[in-house]
Amino acid sequence: MLEETLVLFKNIRNPEYDKSLAGYKKSGGFKSLKKVFGMKPEDVVQEVKESGIRGRGGAGFPTGLKWSFMAKDTGKPSYLVANADESEPGTCKDRELMLKDPHLFLEGLMIGSYAIGCHHAYVYVRGEYFPSIKTLNSAVDELYADGLLGPNPLGSGFQLDITIHTGAGAYICGEESALLDSLEGKRGHPRVKPPFPAVSGFNACPTSVNNVETLACMPFILSDGGAEAFKSFGPQNNSGTHLVSLSGHVNRPGVYELRMDVNMKDIIYDIGGGIRNGKKLKGVIPGGSSSPVMTADEVDVLYNFDDLAKKGTMMGSAAMMVFDEDTDVVKLLHRITRFYAHESCGQCTPCREGTHWSRQIVRDFLSGNGSDEKLKLLNRVGGNMMGTTLCALGDAAAMPIQSFVKKFPDEFRKYYAIA
Amino acid sequence: MFSKDIQTQVDKLLSRYPIRQNALIPILHLAQNENEGWLTEEWMQHVADICEVPLTHVEGVVTFYTMFRIKPPGKYHLQVCTCVPCCLVGGTELLEHTEKKLAIHAGHTTTDGTFSIEEMECIGACSNAPAVIVNEDYHEQVTPEDMDKMIDELRQ
Repeated sequence: MLEETLVLFKNIRNPEYDKSLAGYKKSGGFKSLKKVFGMKPEDVVQEVKESGIRGRGGAGFPTGLKWSFMAKDTGKPSYLVANADESEPGTCKDRELMLKDPHLFLEGLMIGSYAIGCHHAYVYVRGEYFPSIKTLNSAVDELYADGLLGPNPLGSGFQLDITIHTGAGAYICGEESALLDSLEGKRGHPRVKPPFPAVSGFNACPTSVNNVETLACMPFILSDGGAEAFKSFGPQNNSGTHLVSLSGHVNRPGVYELRMDVNMKDIIYDIGGGIRNGKKLKGVIPGGSSSPVMTADEVDVLYNFDDLAKKGTMMGSAAMMVFDEDTDVVKLLHRITRFYAHESCGQCTPCREGTHWSRQIVRDFLSGNGSDEKLKLLNRVGGNMMGTTLCALGDAAAMPIQSFVKKFPDEFRKYYAIA
Repeated sequence: MFSKDIQTQVDKLLSRYPIRQNALIPILHLAQNENEGWLTEEWMQHVADICEVPLTHVEGVVTFYTMFRIKPPGKYHLQVCTCVPCCLVGGTELLEHTEKKLAIHAGHTTTDGTFSIEEMECIGACSNAPAVIVNEDYHEQVTPEDMDKMIDELRQ
Protein backbone atom coordinates (compact mmCIF):
# COMPACT_ATOMS: atom_id res chain seq x y z
CA MET A 1 0.00 0.00 0.00
CA LEU A 2 1.07 3.55 -0.72
CA GLU A 3 2.53 5.03 2.42
CA GLU A 4 1.57 8.27 4.08
CA THR A 5 4.26 10.94 4.48
CA LEU A 6 4.07 12.00 8.10
CA VAL A 7 4.69 15.62 8.98
CA LEU A 8 1.38 16.78 10.47
CA PHE A 9 0.29 13.31 11.57
CA LYS A 10 3.70 12.27 12.93
CA ASN A 11 2.34 12.24 16.48
CA ILE A 12 -1.22 11.26 15.66
CA ARG A 13 -0.10 8.08 13.90
CA ASN A 14 1.93 7.05 16.95
CA PRO A 15 -0.41 4.91 19.06
CA GLU A 16 1.60 5.74 22.20
CA TYR A 17 1.30 9.50 21.70
CA ASP A 18 0.07 11.56 24.63
CA LYS A 19 -1.52 14.78 23.32
CA SER A 20 -1.00 16.75 26.55
CA LEU A 21 1.55 19.56 26.67
CA ALA A 22 4.07 17.25 28.36
CA GLY A 23 3.57 14.65 25.63
CA TYR A 24 3.90 17.21 22.86
CA LYS A 25 7.10 18.60 24.36
CA LYS A 26 8.51 15.09 24.67
CA SER A 27 7.95 14.57 20.95
CA GLY A 28 10.09 17.64 20.20
CA GLY A 29 7.35 20.25 20.44
CA PHE A 30 8.10 23.98 20.79
CA LYS A 31 11.66 23.64 19.44
CA SER A 32 10.62 25.57 16.33
CA LEU A 33 8.95 28.29 18.40
CA LYS A 34 12.14 28.68 20.44
CA LYS A 35 14.15 29.02 17.24
CA VAL A 36 11.63 31.50 15.79
CA PHE A 37 11.87 33.74 18.87
CA GLY A 38 15.55 34.16 18.01
CA MET A 39 14.78 35.27 14.44
CA LYS A 40 13.53 38.56 13.03
CA PRO A 41 9.80 38.39 12.19
CA GLU A 42 10.47 39.29 8.55
CA ASP A 43 12.91 36.39 8.29
CA VAL A 44 10.18 34.04 9.55
CA VAL A 45 7.85 35.31 6.83
CA GLN A 46 10.67 34.82 4.30
CA GLU A 47 11.14 31.18 5.38
CA VAL A 48 7.42 30.57 5.00
CA LYS A 49 7.56 32.12 1.53
CA GLU A 50 10.48 29.88 0.62
CA SER A 51 8.64 26.74 1.73
CA GLY A 52 6.08 27.55 -0.97
CA ILE A 53 3.16 26.62 1.28
CA ARG A 54 -0.26 27.52 -0.07
CA GLY A 55 -3.27 27.91 2.20
CA ARG A 56 -5.05 24.67 3.02
CA GLY A 57 -8.52 26.15 3.54
CA GLY A 58 -9.54 25.93 -0.10
CA ALA A 59 -8.25 28.92 -2.04
CA GLY A 60 -4.58 27.86 -2.06
CA PHE A 61 -3.22 31.38 -1.63
CA PRO A 62 0.52 31.49 -0.72
CA THR A 63 0.70 31.96 3.06
CA GLY A 64 4.02 33.81 3.16
CA LEU A 65 2.71 36.33 0.65
CA LYS A 66 -0.49 36.80 2.68
CA TRP A 67 1.57 37.57 5.77
CA SER A 68 3.77 40.01 3.87
CA PHE A 69 0.66 42.05 2.96
CA MET A 70 -0.01 42.91 6.62
CA ALA A 71 -0.17 46.69 6.99
CA LYS A 72 2.71 47.97 9.14
CA ASP A 73 3.11 50.95 11.47
CA THR A 74 -0.61 51.67 11.54
CA GLY A 75 -0.65 52.39 15.26
CA LYS A 76 -3.26 49.64 15.61
CA PRO A 77 -2.80 46.12 16.92
CA SER A 78 -2.36 43.30 14.38
CA TYR A 79 -4.32 40.07 14.65
CA LEU A 80 -3.91 36.50 13.57
CA VAL A 81 -7.15 34.54 13.38
CA ALA A 82 -7.13 30.80 12.84
CA ASN A 83 -10.00 29.69 10.63
CA ALA A 84 -11.34 26.55 12.29
CA ASP A 85 -14.82 26.96 10.84
CA GLU A 86 -14.37 23.75 8.85
CA SER A 87 -17.71 23.46 7.03
CA GLU A 88 -17.08 22.63 3.37
CA PRO A 89 -18.96 19.36 2.84
CA GLY A 90 -16.50 16.48 2.81
CA THR A 91 -13.82 18.24 4.85
CA CYS A 92 -12.92 16.75 8.23
CA LYS A 93 -9.16 17.24 8.54
CA ASP A 94 -8.87 20.24 10.88
CA ARG A 95 -11.04 18.40 13.37
CA GLU A 96 -8.46 15.57 13.44
CA LEU A 97 -5.65 18.03 14.13
CA MET A 98 -7.52 19.93 16.86
CA LEU A 99 -8.79 16.82 18.61
CA LYS A 100 -5.70 14.65 18.42
CA ASP A 101 -2.70 17.01 18.44
CA PRO A 102 -3.92 20.46 19.58
CA HIS A 103 -0.48 21.72 20.60
CA LEU A 104 0.98 21.22 17.11
CA PHE A 105 -1.63 23.60 15.71
CA LEU A 106 -1.25 26.02 18.64
CA GLU A 107 2.54 26.14 18.20
CA GLY A 108 1.92 27.00 14.55
CA LEU A 109 -0.48 29.73 15.60
CA MET A 110 2.15 31.13 17.96
CA ILE A 111 4.81 31.08 15.23
CA GLY A 112 2.43 32.91 12.89
CA SER A 113 1.58 35.45 15.59
CA TYR A 114 5.26 36.26 16.11
CA ALA A 115 5.81 36.54 12.34
CA ILE A 116 3.10 39.18 11.88
CA GLY A 117 3.47 40.91 15.26
CA CYS A 118 0.17 39.74 16.73
CA HIS A 119 -0.15 39.75 20.52
CA HIS A 120 -3.63 38.27 20.77
CA ALA A 121 -4.59 35.48 18.40
CA TYR A 122 -8.11 34.09 18.05
CA VAL A 123 -9.21 30.63 16.98
CA TYR A 124 -12.64 30.77 15.35
CA VAL A 125 -14.01 27.23 15.80
CA ARG A 126 -17.35 26.23 14.33
CA GLY A 127 -19.91 25.84 17.10
CA GLU A 128 -20.80 22.22 16.31
CA TYR A 129 -17.24 21.09 17.06
CA PHE A 130 -17.97 20.71 20.80
CA PRO A 131 -15.21 18.13 21.41
CA SER A 132 -12.59 20.20 19.54
CA ILE A 133 -13.55 23.33 21.50
CA LYS A 134 -13.10 21.50 24.80
CA THR A 135 -9.75 20.04 23.72
CA LEU A 136 -8.45 23.42 22.53
CA ASN A 137 -9.57 25.21 25.69
CA SER A 138 -7.77 22.70 27.90
CA ALA A 139 -4.67 22.94 25.71
CA VAL A 140 -4.67 26.75 25.97
CA ASP A 141 -5.07 26.47 29.77
CA GLU A 142 -2.02 24.19 29.84
CA LEU A 143 -0.02 26.74 27.85
CA TYR A 144 -0.90 29.56 30.26
CA ALA A 145 -0.08 27.40 33.28
CA ASP A 146 3.30 26.60 31.75
CA GLY A 147 4.06 30.23 30.86
CA LEU A 148 4.15 29.47 27.13
CA LEU A 149 1.33 31.97 26.77
CA GLY A 150 1.21 35.26 28.65
CA PRO A 151 3.78 38.01 29.09
CA ASN A 152 6.98 36.08 28.46
CA PRO A 153 6.76 32.80 26.52
CA LEU A 154 10.12 30.94 26.56
CA GLY A 155 11.80 34.05 27.94
CA SER A 156 11.22 35.90 24.65
CA GLY A 157 9.48 38.92 26.15
CA PHE A 158 6.91 38.55 23.34
CA GLN A 159 3.50 38.97 25.03
CA LEU A 160 1.05 36.50 23.50
CA ASP A 161 -2.54 35.55 24.29
CA ILE A 162 -4.80 33.04 22.55
CA THR A 163 -8.60 32.94 22.81
CA ILE A 164 -10.77 30.12 21.54
CA HIS A 165 -13.89 31.68 19.99
CA THR A 166 -17.03 29.65 19.29
CA GLY A 167 -19.08 30.15 16.13
CA ALA A 168 -22.77 29.28 15.95
CA GLY A 169 -23.49 27.36 12.76
CA ALA A 170 -23.06 29.19 9.47
CA TYR A 171 -21.04 27.85 6.52
CA ILE A 172 -20.51 31.38 5.25
CA CYS A 173 -18.35 32.18 8.29
CA GLY A 174 -15.58 30.10 6.71
CA GLU A 175 -15.21 32.98 4.24
CA GLU A 176 -12.57 35.13 5.87
CA SER A 177 -14.34 38.49 5.89
CA ALA A 178 -17.64 36.95 7.05
CA LEU A 179 -15.65 35.18 9.75
CA LEU A 180 -14.29 38.52 10.93
CA ASP A 181 -17.77 40.06 11.07
CA SER A 182 -18.91 37.05 13.07
CA LEU A 183 -15.91 37.35 15.40
CA GLU A 184 -16.89 40.98 15.98
CA GLY A 185 -20.31 39.84 17.18
CA LYS A 186 -22.36 40.38 14.03
CA ARG A 187 -24.19 38.33 11.42
CA GLY A 188 -21.61 36.66 9.18
CA HIS A 189 -21.80 38.74 6.02
CA PRO A 190 -18.86 38.80 3.60
CA ARG A 191 -17.42 42.27 3.19
CA VAL A 192 -16.72 44.34 0.12
CA LYS A 193 -13.05 43.96 -0.81
CA PRO A 194 -10.83 45.93 -0.91
CA PRO A 195 -9.90 46.74 1.77
CA PHE A 196 -8.59 43.25 2.43
CA PRO A 197 -8.25 41.98 6.01
CA ALA A 198 -4.48 42.60 5.94
CA VAL A 199 -5.37 46.31 5.95
CA SER A 200 -8.73 46.34 7.71
CA GLY A 201 -9.77 43.11 9.40
CA PHE A 202 -10.88 42.34 12.95
CA ASN A 203 -12.27 45.57 14.46
CA ALA A 204 -10.76 47.39 11.43
CA CYS A 205 -7.22 46.38 12.42
CA PRO A 206 -4.72 44.56 10.16
CA THR A 207 -5.58 40.86 10.33
CA SER A 208 -4.47 37.63 8.75
CA VAL A 209 -6.91 34.71 8.64
CA ASN A 210 -5.26 31.31 8.16
CA ASN A 211 -6.57 27.76 8.07
CA VAL A 212 -5.79 25.38 10.95
CA GLU A 213 -3.84 22.93 8.78
CA THR A 214 -1.80 25.76 7.23
CA LEU A 215 -0.75 26.91 10.71
CA ALA A 216 -0.06 23.35 11.83
CA CYS A 217 2.59 23.12 9.07
CA MET A 218 4.59 25.99 10.64
CA PRO A 219 6.49 24.02 13.31
CA PHE A 220 7.88 21.77 10.55
CA ILE A 221 8.59 24.58 8.08
CA LEU A 222 10.47 26.60 10.72
CA SER A 223 12.50 23.63 11.96
CA ASP A 224 16.10 23.31 10.70
CA GLY A 225 16.01 22.67 6.95
CA GLY A 226 12.22 22.47 7.19
CA ALA A 227 11.34 24.88 4.39
CA GLU A 228 13.54 22.99 1.90
CA ALA A 229 12.22 19.61 2.99
CA PHE A 230 8.62 20.86 2.80
CA LYS A 231 9.19 21.96 -0.78
CA SER A 232 10.51 18.53 -1.72
CA PHE A 233 7.21 16.81 -0.88
CA GLY A 234 5.47 17.80 -4.11
CA PRO A 235 5.89 19.23 -7.59
CA GLN A 236 6.90 22.86 -8.05
CA ASN A 237 4.33 25.34 -6.74
CA ASN A 238 2.53 22.52 -4.87
CA SER A 239 4.66 22.21 -1.75
CA GLY A 240 4.35 19.96 1.18
CA THR A 241 2.25 17.16 2.47
CA HIS A 242 -1.43 17.80 2.94
CA LEU A 243 -4.39 16.17 4.64
CA VAL A 244 -6.84 14.47 2.32
CA SER A 245 -10.35 13.81 3.68
CA LEU A 246 -11.56 10.73 1.81
CA SER A 247 -15.24 9.87 2.07
CA GLY A 248 -18.09 8.22 0.16
CA HIS A 249 -18.14 4.78 -1.42
CA VAL A 250 -14.58 3.62 -0.71
CA ASN A 251 -13.58 0.68 1.44
CA ARG A 252 -11.30 2.72 3.69
CA PRO A 253 -12.57 6.27 4.13
CA GLY A 254 -10.38 8.41 6.37
CA VAL A 255 -8.07 11.40 6.68
CA TYR A 256 -4.68 10.68 5.12
CA GLU A 257 -1.49 12.74 4.99
CA LEU A 258 -0.08 12.59 1.48
CA ARG A 259 2.53 14.22 -0.70
CA MET A 260 1.21 16.35 -3.53
CA ASP A 261 2.61 14.11 -6.25
CA VAL A 262 0.28 11.20 -5.55
CA ASN A 263 -2.10 10.08 -8.28
CA MET A 264 -5.78 10.43 -7.50
CA LYS A 265 -6.39 6.93 -8.85
CA ASP A 266 -4.04 5.57 -6.20
CA ILE A 267 -5.82 7.52 -3.47
CA ILE A 268 -9.09 5.85 -4.44
CA TYR A 269 -7.91 2.32 -5.24
CA ASP A 270 -4.83 1.90 -3.06
CA ILE A 271 -5.20 4.12 0.01
CA GLY A 272 -8.99 4.02 -0.07
CA GLY A 273 -9.03 0.29 -0.84
CA GLY A 274 -11.18 0.72 -3.96
CA ILE A 275 -14.92 1.00 -4.33
CA ARG A 276 -16.93 -0.90 -1.74
CA ASN A 277 -19.02 -3.97 -2.58
CA GLY A 278 -16.96 -4.50 -5.74
CA LYS A 279 -18.82 -1.72 -7.54
CA LYS A 280 -17.41 0.47 -10.30
CA LEU A 281 -16.46 4.11 -9.84
CA LYS A 282 -18.85 6.62 -11.36
CA GLY A 283 -17.27 9.88 -10.32
CA VAL A 284 -15.50 11.97 -7.72
CA ILE A 285 -16.14 15.39 -6.22
CA PRO A 286 -12.46 16.18 -5.79
CA GLY A 287 -12.13 19.12 -3.40
CA GLY A 288 -15.19 19.84 -1.29
CA SER A 289 -18.75 20.05 -2.60
CA SER A 290 -18.09 23.26 -4.50
CA SER A 291 -15.42 21.80 -6.80
CA PRO A 292 -16.49 20.71 -10.30
CA VAL A 293 -17.26 16.99 -10.42
CA MET A 294 -15.00 14.52 -12.28
CA THR A 295 -16.05 11.34 -14.08
CA ALA A 296 -14.38 7.96 -13.60
CA ASP A 297 -12.35 8.49 -16.80
CA GLU A 298 -10.74 11.64 -15.47
CA VAL A 299 -9.18 10.48 -12.21
CA ASP A 300 -5.75 9.54 -13.59
CA VAL A 301 -4.20 12.83 -12.44
CA LEU A 302 -1.85 14.05 -9.72
CA TYR A 303 -3.83 15.24 -6.72
CA ASN A 304 -2.61 18.80 -6.21
CA PHE A 305 -3.63 22.41 -6.86
CA ASP A 306 -2.19 22.86 -10.35
CA ASP A 307 -2.80 19.46 -11.92
CA LEU A 308 -6.46 19.53 -10.91
CA ALA A 309 -6.79 23.12 -12.15
CA LYS A 310 -5.47 21.93 -15.55
CA LYS A 311 -8.32 19.41 -15.59
CA GLY A 312 -10.84 22.20 -15.09
CA THR A 313 -11.54 21.47 -11.46
CA MET A 314 -9.89 22.28 -8.12
CA MET A 315 -8.35 20.68 -5.07
CA GLY A 316 -10.01 23.11 -2.67
CA SER A 317 -9.83 21.80 0.87
CA ALA A 318 -8.69 18.34 -0.37
CA ALA A 319 -11.99 16.67 0.47
CA MET A 320 -12.55 13.80 -1.96
CA MET A 321 -16.06 12.39 -2.13
CA VAL A 322 -16.15 9.20 -4.16
CA PHE A 323 -19.36 7.76 -5.59
CA ASP A 324 -20.11 4.45 -7.28
CA GLU A 325 -22.06 3.37 -10.35
CA ASP A 326 -25.35 3.02 -8.44
CA THR A 327 -25.37 6.68 -7.37
CA ASP A 328 -28.17 8.85 -8.69
CA VAL A 329 -26.26 11.99 -9.58
CA VAL A 330 -29.43 14.09 -9.95
CA LYS A 331 -30.31 13.29 -6.34
CA LEU A 332 -26.72 14.01 -5.37
CA LEU A 333 -26.82 17.40 -7.08
CA HIS A 334 -30.17 18.07 -5.41
CA ARG A 335 -28.53 17.57 -2.01
CA ILE A 336 -25.68 19.89 -2.98
CA THR A 337 -28.07 22.62 -4.19
CA ARG A 338 -30.05 22.30 -0.95
CA PHE A 339 -26.85 22.92 0.97
CA TYR A 340 -26.05 26.16 -0.84
CA ALA A 341 -29.64 27.39 -0.69
CA HIS A 342 -29.52 26.87 3.08
CA GLU A 343 -26.13 28.51 3.53
CA SER A 344 -26.39 31.58 1.28
CA CYS A 345 -26.17 34.59 3.61
CA GLY A 346 -28.74 36.42 1.48
CA GLN A 347 -26.69 39.53 0.90
CA CYS A 348 -26.16 39.34 -2.88
CA THR A 349 -29.18 38.80 -5.14
CA PRO A 350 -27.62 36.38 -7.66
CA CYS A 351 -26.66 33.95 -4.88
CA ARG A 352 -29.72 34.38 -2.66
CA GLU A 353 -32.09 33.84 -5.61
CA GLY A 354 -29.88 31.56 -7.71
CA THR A 355 -29.25 28.98 -5.00
CA HIS A 356 -33.00 28.62 -4.37
CA TRP A 357 -33.93 28.55 -8.05
CA SER A 358 -31.35 25.92 -8.85
CA ARG A 359 -32.56 23.73 -5.99
CA GLN A 360 -36.10 24.07 -7.28
CA ILE A 361 -35.17 23.21 -10.87
CA VAL A 362 -33.24 20.09 -9.81
CA ARG A 363 -36.28 19.09 -7.74
CA ASP A 364 -38.43 19.46 -10.87
CA PHE A 365 -36.34 16.75 -12.54
CA LEU A 366 -36.80 14.46 -9.54
CA SER A 367 -40.57 14.94 -9.61
CA GLY A 368 -40.80 14.13 -13.32
CA ASN A 369 -41.07 17.71 -14.53
CA GLY A 370 -37.71 17.98 -16.25
CA SER A 371 -37.17 19.04 -19.87
CA ASP A 372 -34.43 20.09 -22.27
CA GLU A 373 -35.42 23.68 -21.60
CA LYS A 374 -35.07 23.23 -17.84
CA LEU A 375 -31.66 21.65 -18.25
CA LYS A 376 -30.53 24.73 -20.16
CA LEU A 377 -32.18 26.98 -17.60
CA LEU A 378 -30.39 25.19 -14.75
CA ASN A 379 -27.07 25.74 -16.46
CA ARG A 380 -27.92 29.40 -17.03
CA VAL A 381 -28.94 30.00 -13.41
CA GLY A 382 -25.54 28.56 -12.44
CA GLY A 383 -23.79 30.84 -14.93
CA ASN A 384 -25.56 33.89 -13.53
CA MET A 385 -24.03 33.23 -10.09
CA MET A 386 -20.46 32.88 -11.37
CA GLY A 387 -18.37 35.89 -10.42
CA THR A 388 -21.40 38.07 -9.67
CA THR A 389 -21.29 38.01 -5.85
CA LEU A 390 -19.20 39.60 -3.09
CA CYS A 391 -17.71 36.30 -1.95
CA ALA A 392 -17.03 32.91 -3.52
CA LEU A 393 -20.24 31.25 -2.31
CA GLY A 394 -21.95 32.14 -5.58
CA ASP A 395 -19.16 30.44 -7.55
CA ALA A 396 -19.16 27.54 -5.11
CA ALA A 397 -22.86 26.96 -5.76
CA ALA A 398 -22.50 27.37 -9.53
CA MET A 399 -19.55 25.05 -10.15
CA PRO A 400 -21.24 21.78 -9.11
CA ILE A 401 -24.39 22.71 -11.08
CA GLN A 402 -22.59 23.47 -14.31
CA SER A 403 -20.24 20.50 -14.04
CA PHE A 404 -22.98 17.98 -13.21
CA VAL A 405 -25.03 19.16 -16.18
CA LYS A 406 -22.00 19.02 -18.46
CA LYS A 407 -20.59 15.67 -17.29
CA PHE A 408 -23.81 13.72 -16.69
CA PRO A 409 -26.47 15.15 -19.08
CA ASP A 410 -27.96 11.71 -19.75
CA GLU A 411 -28.72 11.20 -16.09
CA PHE A 412 -30.93 14.27 -16.13
CA ARG A 413 -32.54 13.16 -19.41
CA LYS A 414 -33.35 9.77 -17.94
CA TYR A 415 -35.74 11.49 -15.59
CA TYR A 416 -37.87 13.09 -18.27
CA ALA A 417 -37.35 10.63 -21.15
CA ILE A 418 -39.36 8.07 -19.15
CA ALA A 419 -42.01 10.56 -18.13
CA MET B 1 -29.87 36.34 35.23
CA PHE B 2 -26.73 34.22 34.92
CA SER B 3 -25.88 31.94 37.82
CA LYS B 4 -22.74 32.91 39.71
CA ASP B 5 -20.46 30.37 38.02
CA ILE B 6 -21.61 31.28 34.55
CA GLN B 7 -21.37 35.02 35.32
CA THR B 8 -17.68 34.40 36.03
CA GLN B 9 -17.36 32.84 32.58
CA VAL B 10 -19.17 35.82 31.03
CA ASP B 11 -16.77 38.24 32.74
CA LYS B 12 -13.80 36.19 31.59
CA LEU B 13 -15.08 36.24 28.01
CA LEU B 14 -15.57 40.01 28.11
CA SER B 15 -11.96 40.43 29.21
CA ARG B 16 -10.72 38.53 26.13
CA TYR B 17 -11.98 40.97 23.48
CA PRO B 18 -11.20 44.63 22.74
CA ILE B 19 -14.92 45.51 22.42
CA ARG B 20 -17.84 44.11 24.45
CA GLN B 21 -19.85 43.36 21.28
CA ASN B 22 -17.10 40.95 20.14
CA ALA B 23 -18.09 38.55 22.93
CA LEU B 24 -21.74 38.46 21.83
CA ILE B 25 -21.86 35.02 20.19
CA PRO B 26 -19.96 33.15 22.93
CA ILE B 27 -22.14 34.83 25.59
CA LEU B 28 -25.30 33.90 23.69
CA HIS B 29 -24.13 30.27 23.84
CA LEU B 30 -23.82 30.55 27.63
CA ALA B 31 -27.27 32.15 27.86
CA GLN B 32 -28.81 29.42 25.72
CA ASN B 33 -27.25 26.73 27.90
CA GLU B 34 -28.56 28.46 31.02
CA ASN B 35 -32.09 28.47 29.60
CA GLU B 36 -32.34 24.79 28.65
CA GLY B 37 -31.24 25.18 25.07
CA TRP B 38 -33.16 28.17 23.77
CA LEU B 39 -33.29 31.96 23.94
CA THR B 40 -36.20 34.07 25.12
CA GLU B 41 -36.57 37.79 24.47
CA GLU B 42 -35.74 38.39 28.12
CA TRP B 43 -32.43 36.56 27.75
CA MET B 44 -31.65 38.33 24.50
CA GLN B 45 -32.27 41.68 26.19
CA HIS B 46 -30.00 40.67 29.06
CA VAL B 47 -27.18 39.72 26.67
CA ALA B 48 -27.79 42.92 24.68
CA ASP B 49 -27.30 44.95 27.89
CA ILE B 50 -24.11 43.05 28.73
CA CYS B 51 -22.64 43.56 25.26
CA GLU B 52 -23.93 47.14 24.97
CA VAL B 53 -25.78 46.57 21.70
CA PRO B 54 -29.49 47.07 20.84
CA LEU B 55 -31.90 44.16 21.24
CA THR B 56 -32.58 44.24 17.48
CA HIS B 57 -28.90 43.54 16.84
CA VAL B 58 -29.01 40.49 19.09
CA GLU B 59 -32.20 39.27 17.41
CA GLY B 60 -30.53 39.68 14.03
CA VAL B 61 -27.59 37.57 15.17
CA VAL B 62 -29.75 34.92 16.84
CA THR B 63 -31.90 34.39 13.75
CA PHE B 64 -28.87 34.28 11.43
CA TYR B 65 -27.06 31.38 13.09
CA THR B 66 -28.61 27.91 13.04
CA MET B 67 -27.33 26.94 16.49
CA PHE B 68 -29.38 29.59 18.30
CA ARG B 69 -32.97 28.55 18.97
CA ILE B 70 -36.01 30.63 19.82
CA LYS B 71 -38.16 27.67 20.83
CA PRO B 72 -37.30 24.90 23.27
CA PRO B 73 -35.55 21.80 21.91
CA GLY B 74 -36.06 18.32 23.36
CA LYS B 75 -34.03 17.14 26.31
CA TYR B 76 -32.06 15.14 23.75
CA HIS B 77 -31.46 17.06 20.58
CA LEU B 78 -30.66 14.63 17.74
CA GLN B 79 -28.71 16.38 15.01
CA VAL B 80 -28.62 14.06 12.01
CA CYS B 81 -26.28 14.94 9.17
CA THR B 82 -27.57 14.30 5.64
CA CYS B 83 -25.06 16.44 3.78
CA VAL B 84 -23.07 15.16 0.78
CA PRO B 85 -20.76 12.48 2.30
CA CYS B 86 -23.42 11.36 4.80
CA CYS B 87 -26.16 11.13 2.14
CA LEU B 88 -23.87 8.93 0.02
CA VAL B 89 -23.74 6.32 2.77
CA GLY B 90 -27.21 6.34 4.31
CA GLY B 91 -27.60 9.65 6.17
CA THR B 92 -30.89 10.48 4.48
CA GLU B 93 -32.31 7.04 5.30
CA LEU B 94 -31.07 7.42 8.88
CA LEU B 95 -32.95 10.70 9.22
CA GLU B 96 -36.13 9.16 7.79
CA HIS B 97 -35.77 6.23 10.16
CA THR B 98 -35.36 8.56 13.14
CA GLU B 99 -38.39 10.60 12.11
CA LYS B 100 -40.50 7.44 11.83
CA LYS B 101 -39.26 6.05 15.12
CA LEU B 102 -40.11 9.24 17.03
CA ALA B 103 -43.14 10.07 14.87
CA ILE B 104 -42.01 13.67 14.34
CA HIS B 105 -40.39 15.50 11.45
CA ALA B 106 -37.02 17.20 11.61
CA GLY B 107 -37.41 20.62 13.21
CA HIS B 108 -39.91 19.31 15.76
CA THR B 109 -39.97 18.04 19.34
CA THR B 110 -41.83 15.03 20.74
CA THR B 111 -44.89 15.99 22.79
CA ASP B 112 -43.27 14.78 26.01
CA GLY B 113 -40.33 17.10 25.30
CA THR B 114 -37.77 14.28 25.38
CA PHE B 115 -36.48 14.31 21.81
CA SER B 116 -36.09 16.81 19.01
CA ILE B 117 -34.61 16.20 15.58
CA GLU B 118 -32.63 18.58 13.43
CA GLU B 119 -31.41 17.86 9.90
CA MET B 120 -27.82 19.06 9.74
CA GLU B 121 -25.59 20.41 7.03
CA CYS B 122 -22.06 18.97 7.04
CA ILE B 123 -20.87 18.40 10.62
CA GLY B 124 -17.32 17.43 9.63
CA ALA B 125 -17.33 13.73 10.38
CA CYS B 126 -17.26 12.85 6.68
CA SER B 127 -14.86 9.94 6.75
CA ASN B 128 -16.95 8.26 9.46
CA ALA B 129 -20.33 8.96 7.90
CA PRO B 130 -23.20 8.89 8.59
CA ALA B 131 -22.85 10.95 11.74
CA VAL B 132 -25.16 12.30 14.42
CA ILE B 133 -24.59 14.78 17.24
CA VAL B 134 -26.67 14.12 20.35
CA ASN B 135 -26.64 17.33 22.39
CA GLU B 136 -22.84 17.83 22.33
CA ASP B 137 -21.57 14.31 21.59
CA TYR B 138 -20.59 12.95 18.20
CA HIS B 139 -21.72 9.47 17.16
CA GLU B 140 -20.19 8.17 13.95
CA GLN B 141 -20.97 5.43 11.42
CA VAL B 142 -24.45 5.24 12.88
CA THR B 143 -26.83 2.56 11.53
CA PRO B 144 -30.63 2.67 11.98
CA GLU B 145 -30.21 -0.12 14.56
CA ASP B 146 -27.69 2.00 16.49
CA MET B 147 -30.15 4.86 16.44
CA ASP B 148 -32.96 2.64 17.80
CA LYS B 149 -30.71 1.44 20.58
CA MET B 150 -29.57 4.94 21.44
CA ILE B 151 -33.12 6.32 21.56
CA ASP B 152 -34.33 3.40 23.69
CA GLU B 153 -31.47 3.89 26.14
CA LEU B 154 -32.00 7.64 26.39
CA ARG B 155 -35.69 7.12 27.02
CA GLN B 156 -35.04 5.14 30.17
